Amino acid sequence: MTEWTEITKLDQIPRLGSRVLKAGGVDIAIFRTAKDTVFALKDQCPHKQGPLSQGIVHGTSVTCPLHNWKIDLASGEAQGPDKGCTNVYPVKVEGDSVYLALSADEVAA
Amino acid sequence: MKEKLVLVGNGMAGVRTLEELLKIRSDSYEISVFGAEPYGNYNRILLSPVLAGDKTIDEIMLNDEQWYRDNEINLYKGRRVVEIDRAHRKVIAEDGTSVGYDRLVIATGSNPFIIPVPGSELPGVIAFRDIRDVDLMLDASRHHKKAVVIGGGLLGLEAANGLMKRGMEVTVVHLLDTLMERQLDKPAADLLKASLQERGLNLLMERQTESILGNDRVSAVRFSDGSEIEADIVVMGVGIKPNVDLARSAGLYCDRGIIVNDTLQTFDPRIYAVGECAQHRGTTYGLVAPLFDQARVCANHLAQLGYARYEGSVTSTKLKVTGIDLFSAGEFNEAEGDEAMVLQDPAAGTYKKLVIRDNRVKGAVLYGDTIDGSWYFQLMREGTAIADIRRTILFGQHDLGDAGHGDETRVNALSNDSEICGCNGICKGEIVQAITSKGLFTLEEVRAHTKASSSCGSCTGLVEALLSSTVGEGYDATPSKKPICACTEYSHDDVIAAIKTNRLKSMEVVREFLEWKSPDGCHVCRPALNYYLLAYWPGEYQDDAQSRFINERAHGNIQKDGSYSVVPRMFGGLCTPDELRAIADVADKYSVPEMKVTGGQRIDLFGVNKEDLPGVWKDLSKAGFISGHAYGKALRTVKTCAGKTWCRFGTQNSTGLGVQLEKLTWGSWMPHKFKLAVSGCPRNCAEATIKDFGVVCVDSGYELHIGGNGGIKVRVTDLLTRVETEEEVLEYCGAFIQLYREEAHYLERTAPWVERVSLSYIKGRILDDVEGRKALYSRFRYSQQFAQVDPWKERAEGGERNEFTPLRFAG
Ligand code: SRM
Ligand SMILES: Cc1cc2nc3c(=O)[nH]c(=O)nc-3n(C[C@H](O)[C@H](O)[C@H](O)COP(=O)(O)OP(=O)(O)OC[C@H]3O[C@@H](n4cnc5c(N)ncnc54)[C@H](O)[C@@H]3O)c2cc1C
Ligand code: SF4
Ligand code: FES
Repeated sequence: MTEWTEITKLDQIPRLGSRVLKAGGVDIAIFRTAKDTVFALKDQCPHKQGPLSQGIVHGTSVTCPLHNWKIDLASGEAQGPDKGCTNVYPVKVEGDSVYLALSADEVAA
Repeated sequence: MKEKLVLVGNGMAGVRTLEELLKIRSDSYEISVFGAEPYGNYNRILLSPVLAGDKTIDEIMLNDEQWYRDNEINLYKGRRVVEIDRAHRKVIAEDGTSVGYDRLVIATGSNPFIIPVPGSELPGVIAFRDIRDVDLMLDASRHHKKAVVIGGGLLGLEAANGLMKRGMEVTVVHLLDTLMERQLDKPAADLLKASLQERGLNLLMERQTESILGNDRVSAVRFSDGSEIEADIVVMGVGIKPNVDLARSAGLYCDRGIIVNDTLQTFDPRIYAVGECAQHRGTTYGLVAPLFDQARVCANHLAQLGYARYEGSVTSTKLKVTGIDLFSAGEFNEAEGDEAMVLQDPAAGTYKKLVIRDNRVKGAVLYGDTIDGSWYFQLMREGTAIADIRRTILFGQHDLGDAGHGDETRVNALSNDSEICGCNGICKGEIVQAITSKGLFTLEEVRAHTKASSSCGSCTGLVEALLSSTVGEGYDATPSKKPICACTEYSHDDVIAAIKTNRLKSMEVVREFLEWKSPDGCHVCRPALNYYLLAYWPGEYQDDAQSRFINERAHGNIQKDGSYSVVPRMFGGLCTPDELRAIADVADKYSVPEMKVTGGQRIDLFGVNKEDLPGVWKDLSKAGFISGHAYGKALRTVKTCAGKTWCRFGTQNSTGLGVQLEKLTWGSWMPHKFKLAVSGCPRNCAEATIKDFGVVCVDSGYELHIGGNGGIKVRVTDLLTRVETEEEVLEYCGAFIQLYREEAHYLERTAPWVERVSLSYIKGRILDDVEGRKALYSRFRYSQQFAQVDPWKERAEGGERNEFTPLRFAG
């Protein structure tokens, strides 16, 4: 069963920036947009596994720091002519807390 | 209710306008398109290769019908519009279809010009304008032998070449004694003539067609001198006439073309005209590059942004005949008072001519070797003063120091499997394939689709050459004004000027003031704006970490596995046993996987986890080290040699001077990375003459060199001047850096910057203007007060903790 778990406070993630969440075997990038929407993606670019958390966030996209692929934060899909997709995880903000839903096998992965 | 937009003319300019509009605002109109031809939109330019058998019709489609459906555009293909009812704001087609508009775009192109001689209406007389014409010619080539092409211009020669390749016997008839006289001077035209004749083309020069003979179809052409020549088909390639009939009958003001203003509006402001049918400031165009400029401006106005202006275009020409390299731009016949510079190599079959007026390139004709066409074109459009490069300009940009690709200048001669982009392993064939199958026109598009030239950029020239040889002059190499990125129409210079004159002091204000299209900007413009604001408002503007590329945000270079490298500063490359021990201890403590001596005379620790960075820095900081900024658009290293202290040839204390320079300049943010070196004598062991600022010590003082680069394009420095004292070296260096910081574009290194603004300009600012130099130097030192804060120490003491501490999942 997946459960919502509080992972941090909203103000702990920089606007137009991100934090990395170490969840068992996976790194998850938690992004915050200018409008305070929060997204969670597996911290691996579909191109060559670059750490998306280290990219520049703009609108609802992040540009991968290694070779500039642009990844849509909501769908995890690469944009423009590039093709590829990374995992998206459910996140929500309630009050000033950020919650993530993660299943046990995802943590073990 | 959405407003209604109607486009009449489903050709290159009209559809490009829609594409540009959809890019900016996809939902603003309900769009309908009328096209007289029964197809989607295709690349008319490539009809020549289709005729020659190098491409198929399918390969030249730009937007198939699915595209119209995907974008919810009603396409009325094969329906010619015969009336514009301006009173009721609707257009009416041949078959009676009528559609109302709120705004209308007329892009009806041109009609081929058919010379009105007797017999010109006979079957077998064909123009060269659309797919139907190509089909007619292909059909004729299967059943007939002899073709006569009237017109020795671009269009006529491409038609002739195609028909010849299809196995016909072709004769080109030209009125004058110079082929392509609108693009070529006599010597170049003669070279072209010779090589066309060598390929088997017959040329009849200085013949005026009097009539076309034949009963039920053409059989011969007769000239005014009484001679005749047999012909099974006659192709008219003499020129085009803007297609203004529809506009004129609707009462819109027309001259040769439909008169438009700088926003491409006709005299009826609801009606726009773009493309070959439009006449702007007295000029009509017959090439796609200017039409695409018009399309962009028209779309901007349709989207109700309205800040873009079309101010006319300078065009250049290439001939799309495989194996013939020819380039022409501007005024290629010198007028009185102009100078002509010519380089001719008959054995190699090359000819280059530049027309120079007032120290600027006004025109160029190249034959046989056209690789520098886009460079000359750029010099021409930007009005660059050429005094400094005059001696070598004819040898090409390559001779300015581009050692990147050696002699691989003739892209046409390269085989399809030759590698063009070394970073991404992309071959010529792949690039050409992408250009034609995806209908690409710009470098940006090629980068996006193939990745070629998107990494280090050293193959950019080759990719540009491939683009222009594939799509002809439709490819716009050097937009006169290049926007910073897709978020804006404004160039770096525009933005710099706006920040200065309007005293804009935050990124939000800049974006609002200049009407940025995306509220947060993107990964291209944000770092640039952040830099400009830091450079202009030192001490006032607050650096924005989220607008920095990760290396500068994390103060280390990101590695392919997501770890970081750490390079502590070693002033002038000097070090002590204690310092080396401290570095070794850090490496042990944090199990650093690899250490290496860098090309910049210091030590790199590779593979440090991001979480460990503050700890590593703390230990280094205790041992007296500060950040080496090996990751920054900032001062990198100051290389030095042994110098007078030890070396038997040393003339000055090069190591000591290097340390002083590094103490002066470290920490400063720059448009790009910046490297210094000091060599103790002209043997130049510190390689000072490929640095951004290099000092070569001589017995009488110091030679100051600027604008060198040892990277992708090796460029040897220019000598700025000689000075006598170390104080002067520091002052000139600081002033030069400040000038670069204030005026170069973000991500422009000193080498291309010096070439862009010219050495004379820099000498004027640094040598001739003494007060100016001193002011630059003092502005530099002022801004250094705020910049010389060691970022490592700050973070080792807990600054920016979130950046380096991951969250843990407790759930
Ligand atoms: C570490 C080092 C190689 C080494 O082990 O020697 C190095 C490593 C990198 N260089 Fe370099 N360059 C290093 C000396 C040089 C030199 C030699 C020099 O400075 O004397 C050059 C040629 C000189 C010059 O710049 O004019 C050099 C020309 C480049 C270029 C091409 C720059 C150009 O203008 O053409 C790039 C690409 C760029 O900057 O866009 C580059 C980029 C890079 C990057 C940052 C690539 C990147 O973006 O990730 C490499 C980072 C590797 C890493 O993870 O740390 N590196 N690089 C050297 C660090 C010197 C230092 O102490 O700071
Ligand atoms: C063989 C050939 C080679 C060329 N090579 C080059 C080159 O190498 N480089 C370069 O830059 N340029 C080249 N050109 C020129 C370039 O193709 C034109 O400049 C460009 O296509 C003009 O675009 P346009 O939209 O103005 O006109 P077009 O592309 O001609 O589009 C106009 C369209 O409007 C339609 N139309 C006209 N009247 C009506 C009406 N009343 N109702 C509905 N539809 C109508 C026409 O059928 C046509 O489809 C070449 C042209 C040809 C023919
Ligand atoms: S260190 Fe420099 S030369 Fe070596 S791979 Fe990296 S960028 Fe290329
Ligand atoms: S790994 Fe992300 S773009 Fe290459």
